[in-house]
Amino acid sequence: MNRDEAFELIKQVLTDVVPGADLDALSPDENFRDGLEMDSLDFLNFIEALSGRTGLPLPETDYPSLNTLNACADYVASRTPTAY
Amino acid sequence: MTEFTMPSLGADMDEGTLVEWLVNPGDAVSKGDVVAVVETAKSTIEVECFDSGTVSALLVAPGTKVPVGTPMAVIGPATEPTAHTPAPQPTEPSPGFYPAPVRAVTRAGDAVSTPLVRHLAQKKDIDLSTMHGSGKGGQITRADVEKAASPPRHRVPASPLARRLARSLDVDLEGVRGTGQNGTVRADDVRAAAGKRAHRTQRAHRTQGPRPPAPEPPAMPPSGAPPVRPSVKSRPDTLTTGAPTTRSAISALMTRANRDIPHYYLSTTIDLAAATAWMLNRNANGPVGERLVPAALLLKSAALAARQVPQLNGYWKDGAFVPADGVRLGIAVSLRGGGLAAPALANADTMSLPELMKALRDLVSRARRGRLRASEIADPTLTVTNLGDQGVETVFGVIYPPQVALVGLGCVVERPVAVEGMLTVHPTVTATLSADHRASDGATGARFLAALDRLLQGPEEL
Repeated sequence: MNRDEAFELIKQVLTDVVPGADLDALSPDENFRDGLEMDSLDFLNFIEALSGRTGLPLPETDYPSLNTLNACADYVASRTPTAY
Repeated sequence: MTEFTMPSLGADMDEGTLVEWLVNPGDAVSKGDVVAVVETAKSTIEVECFDSGTVSALLVAPGTKVPVGTPMAVIGPATEPTAHTPAPQPTEPSPGFYPAPVRAVTRAGDAVSTPLVRHLAQKKDIDLSTMHGSGKGGQITRADVEKAASPPRHRVPASPLARRLARSLDVDLEGVRGTGQNGTVRADDVRAAAGKRAHRTQRAHRTQGPRPPAPEPPAMPPSGAPPVRPSVKSRPDTLTTGAPTTRSAISALMTRANRDIPHYYLSTTIDLAAATAWMLNRNANGPVGERLVPAALLLKSAALAARQVPQLNGYWKDGAFVPADGVRLGIAVSLRGGGLAAPALANADTMSLPELMKALRDLVSRARRGRLRASEIADPTLTVTNLGDQGVETVFGVIYPPQVALVGLGCVVERPVAVEGMLTVHPTVTATLSADHRASDGATGARFLAALDRLLQGPEEL
């Protein structure tokens, strides 16, 4: 998956797990756990859904790399094969 | 023949509004089935029935506010024949709808309908025996049949935030095209419908501050997701919007708590190195969906500590402490867009950690969607407020009457700690206890926090 696809996928997953999330108001470098007022359960829902959609294990030790839209997109794009 | 009455969903509830019936006359119901949705000043609750049988009459129309204890439906014996074609539920309050005389529901005899009406009913495939007449003496009129034949009004699927926005912006959700999953109306859809003005208002609100102030009184059920009602505008007196009502409910209860309860407060900092290491190791070796969060360990420990110190687990009633049978841990859940809910996690002390984690996720997600069950908000025995996710280190809460204590948990932070004479850095949490001095003394409270600490040092035992 390329970076743009990853970015869109992440936004989609966030929209699914945080009802009413206003992603347009979120800066891509802003910590979305703060910006969307996600608690640890919301974040786990996000990780679980993203893992399901990407097939990535997303270990807990990588959580710090999964806090912003940009960082998360980089992470996912660099670890998934690109479709041609 | 029993009556299904407006339940009391909390010590401070006097009345509730029936939002919708989830059953029709003629439906067989079993004890524990969710039969109705009721809105209180604080939240929207799914209500179970406590009898098994057949619904023989619905006495209250959706949209009606009635006092606690008011009969809302009649549940007949289970042997009563079930209608083959249950009539769609009436969707508008109509004056004659409430009395629903019992004879009107027994058989479609001459006394309750005219040949013309029966003919119409047959044509529209409606079973008159399941209907309530709005005519004189419960007689079923042509209008009743026509109303029953029209499709029931659907509740527009929408996110809680979207509902709140729609109400505050005066947008009718019926007219909004939902772009969410299965056409669910999202906040953005409402904003789009309301125009740019609304969008800016919302953004301004968002940037004021990410969270409500820290030591918010816990345990106050939410503004939740009050339902869409077509007639909100025409009845502003009875159907106030969620937020102010919630605020006044919180206000009344917390004022009472602070007036009546002589609180004392204790605080301790607990080393979470062992618990965190154990949890990380466990999470690394299991499926993503079964990962634990620190809150699960903290809640389980709090529930076990409550069992070990039963003097804090129960109610203050009529001038004396009444210990509770089991541990029903109230979980203060902050809701998106403001407000709090405090559903109870039953048997939190006996559940395994994975069970507790699953129950917690389910409970929190439903609390935020505004769909808790009556049995889940029935009085918790001890409430825990966990403001850790808001970055708060210490919270001293106000006790939720008639409970006698409240546990406050802050965020897990790395702090320097001394271990065997050496300074090192460990994850820690500040745990506090607000307790009712009428029911217990500081030494009892101290035992609770000591138990909590001890339990968290042996996470594999939780």
